[in-house]
Amino acid sequence: MKGDIAVTGNTGPKVRSDCEVTLKLKSSGGIVIDLESKVQRLYGESIKGLCIDIFRYFKIRNAEIKIVDTGALSFVISARLEAAIKKLTDSDLEFLPEMLRSNTYPGSPERIRFSRLYLPGDIPSMMINSGLHSAHGLILDLEDSVSPQKKDEARILVRNALRQVDFRGAERMIRINQGERGLNDLKVLIPHNVNLVVVPKCETKEQLKIVDREIHEIRKKLKVKNPVFLMPVIESALGVENAFEIARASGNIVAMAIGLEDFTADIGVPRSFGGTESFYARSRLVVAAKAAGIQPVDSVFSDVGDMEGLQQNVLKSKALGFEGMGCIHPRQISVINNGFAPDESEIEKSKKIVIAFEEAKRSGLGVVSLGTKMIDKPVVNRALKTINLAVNLGRLPDSWKKDLI
Amino acid sequence: MAVRTVINAAGRMVPLEINGEPVIPFKGVGKHQPSGRKYAPLIPSCSEFPADGNKVIRSLREALVKCGLRSGMTISTHHHLRDGDLISNKIFDLASDMGVKDLVWFPSASFSCNDPVIRYLEDGTINRIEGSMNGPLGRFVSDGRMKGTAVLRSHGGRVQAIQDGEVKIDIAVLVAPSADSFGNAKGTGGNSACGVLGYAKADAMYASKVIVVTDNLVDVPCFPMEIEGNYVDYVVVVEKIGIPEKIVSGTTQITKSPDRLLIAELTASFIEKSGLLKNDVTMQAGAGGTSLAIAVFIHEILKKNGWKAKFGFGGSTKYMVKMLEEGQMGYILDAQAFDLDAVRSVEENVNHFPYSVFNAYNYHSKGNLTSMMDIMILGATEVDLNFNGNVVTHSDGYLLHGIGGWQNCLHARNVILPLPLFRDRIPVIVDEVTTLCGPGELIDVIITERGIAINPLRKDLIKSVKGTGLPVRTINELKEEAERICGKPQKPKFENKIVAAIKWVDGTVIDVVRKLKPDN
Repeated sequence: MKGDIAVTGNTGPKVRSDCEVTLKLKSSGGIVIDLESKVQRLYGESIKGLCIDIFRYFKIRNAEIKIVDTGALSFVISARLEAAIKKLTDSDLEFLPEMLRSNTYPGSPERIRFSRLYLPGDIPSMMINSGLHSAHGLILDLEDSVSPQKKDEARILVRNALRQVDFRGAERMIRINQGERGLNDLKVLIPHNVNLVVVPKCETKEQLKIVDREIHEIRKKLKVKNPVFLMPVIESALGVENAFEIARASGNIVAMAIGLEDFTADIGVPRSFGGTESFYARSRLVVAAKAAGIQPVDSVFSDVGDMEGLQQNVLKSKALGFEGMGCIHPRQISVINNGFAPDESEIEKSKKIVIAFEEAKRSGLGVVSLGTKMIDKPVVNRALKTINLAVNLGRLPDSWKKDLI
Repeated sequence: MAVRTVINAAGRMVPLEINGEPVIPFKGVGKHQPSGRKYAPLIPSCSEFPADGNKVIRSLREALVKCGLRSGMTISTHHHLRDGDLISNKIFDLASDMGVKDLVWFPSASFSCNDPVIRYLEDGTINRIEGSMNGPLGRFVSDGRMKGTAVLRSHGGRVQAIQDGEVKIDIAVLVAPSADSFGNAKGTGGNSACGVLGYAKADAMYASKVIVVTDNLVDVPCFPMEIEGNYVDYVVVVEKIGIPEKIVSGTTQITKSPDRLLIAELTASFIEKSGLLKNDVTMQAGAGGTSLAIAVFIHEILKKNGWKAKFGFGGSTKYMVKMLEEGQMGYILDAQAFDLDAVRSVEENVNHFPYSVFNAYNYHSKGNLTSMMDIMILGATEVDLNFNGNVVTHSDGYLLHGIGGWQNCLHARNVILPLPLFRDRIPVIVDEVTTLCGPGELIDVIITERGIAINPLRKDLIKSVKGTGLPVRTINELKEEAERICGKPQKPKFENKIVAAIKWVDGTVIDVVRKLKPDN
């Protein structure tokens, strides 16, 4: 035994949908449950029943448990109790809630990644409805948003969330910790259909190779069928210098992000609204990502109250060549999704170019022209990409060519 | 002696007698035909009142004594000062001091500032409350500790009960932000402005005795008067009737919750895509954070299309006032003003005016406003698979809210309830509502963050949103999703004792609330 008392979870006047579990293992007296719940009259019996099941699963016959509950869902309560048990025992059993059938979809390398919503790994209330806001990706975060003493229990909560929170088609992402702890995060989480792993504070390609190898081993051992992609985050001057080789460290890397809070700290300047101090780093990252054939994605915009500022930031980011941005609040998602999507005039222009291109092809002309202007091949390619994107985003019907006639 | 109970037309077991008086079980929407004549107070004569019109007397105590306050009387108050009301509790302080017992308090609503009356419910000064009960008062009632049985009525049901003589008010104590010595009174002016006094009018007209209490005595005439001095017996001037910041919110706030905003967005989108929102529309939305967000989205849609709502019915808020002032709304008909912008507007703008509750909500009248409304946005604590709604109890069985205008508003053409699918862990869509407040046949659309359920009776609405891409689902699907996420809740356990009766808009008993078994 590691100690005799364990406390997990959270409680307090502002905490919702969570619980605090205080567990004491005993040598006699059976299981004694002291439940103080906001939903006592509706779920008191079911919460106690769940605790009994979990104790039985971990073969614990004598314990005193106190639960202060603010309306936690079952997968949260079971994560909190499992974490408490693991603080006191060496059990490596896992009490897994059911995997939702709707959560078993595979990822894909080229999917759109305009918006990815960060969800702190120890705050269940932010997870429950996260799938509803149309983010392209949801990141259950174990790194910066989780305090050091909560890391172990957050990992169990995130595991349960991967199974029970309906992601509603969003890319299923996790951000792991650095180093050894991050590899342990992978061991626990990869079996639960993670589409993409965000690897923080990347400075060398070796970091990525270690993570990639670990994922490969886990997938092989547990026969995980769905692919697991990688998104390194560059957060230092060294990382920027090595961006290209990081981007090419593994074939599973599909996108590369920049984290500006840490980057600006690393170069020793404050982060400004205009972003002059990070202009070079951002451009360098875009170039490196494009050269490696992956998506460059931008840092989060941290003022959740300033939608106007966010919008400007998105447009600047898009102009630099980024293809997405992190979000720290659901309200940012629609601004980001709309901002990165091709706008009316881009779509209209692209339509004309694509039509001209196809006409040229039909009549066997080597040169595409629009009016009196010659159109270069790269411009045609970009137009084709824009049209593709517009169709995928539902901004242009698949049948747009027919509609023109 | 056990009171006989029957199953009413909504399938609910209700008593035939409440507080010793016979009551009529709910017969179905529009099925109860009232008979007889309206109630009337005694005929007064000018000869009994000062010819110079000055009815000011020294104190509330003196006024109560002169009104003949004695045990068993029914005392009414209005709720326009909301949580800032300093007078209602004082009435019972005085009554208790005078040794009066078994009063019936008949407020148009109560707020948490009224929690201190619990001690008068305990010591027998008050027998029961007939009105809304929130928070600790609701708990007190649900725990079976109130001597009499509570009676909950809608705002319209309250004036119906007054008009029909179901409730005979002995003394109405009406606080007024401004009044003159004759008793003419209004909701604006002074330090405690609340905008309008819509819910006080019936009390003034039908009570045997009427006391106006003000902290802003103005010269005759107090104009434009909402309460006419000819109904008033005494005027009492006090230092302070209310706490201004608790009377109206300085400013009502749109919800910041991303989940609630999503529901609001979906609601606006439904109203637009179904074709319900159009030029000349008439509508009402509440003052909750989600409703306010819906109002903002609706305003944008009206603007975008160059449309103008014919009128909106209050409670008014700054968002409604904005529509009026920017030209997207013709008039605001108002029963209560929720924030300072609304109070200012009702004072300044001729197109924003107090509207009588009789004209808006009374079911025993020659028609009322609600059935003329196109779009009605309402809330609920629970809705069930038959679209029945509950607004008074929570799923755990505790009485926690009043009905407000909710039942009355159900008569609008399109009743839309934007609701979260669950609150914390508690599903909002359930097999059967804990307490029935409104029959499902009147509730048309439930909009949650996880989908929209349209009442199968509204084939026209179902058709109108075909192919719009809106996430329309059956109410069973929504309920199942709520239970998949939250787990199926146990049922709260009740004892037999009836602690509150829920009246329908026509005075019949639609359901009752029973005493909760003590926590196990």
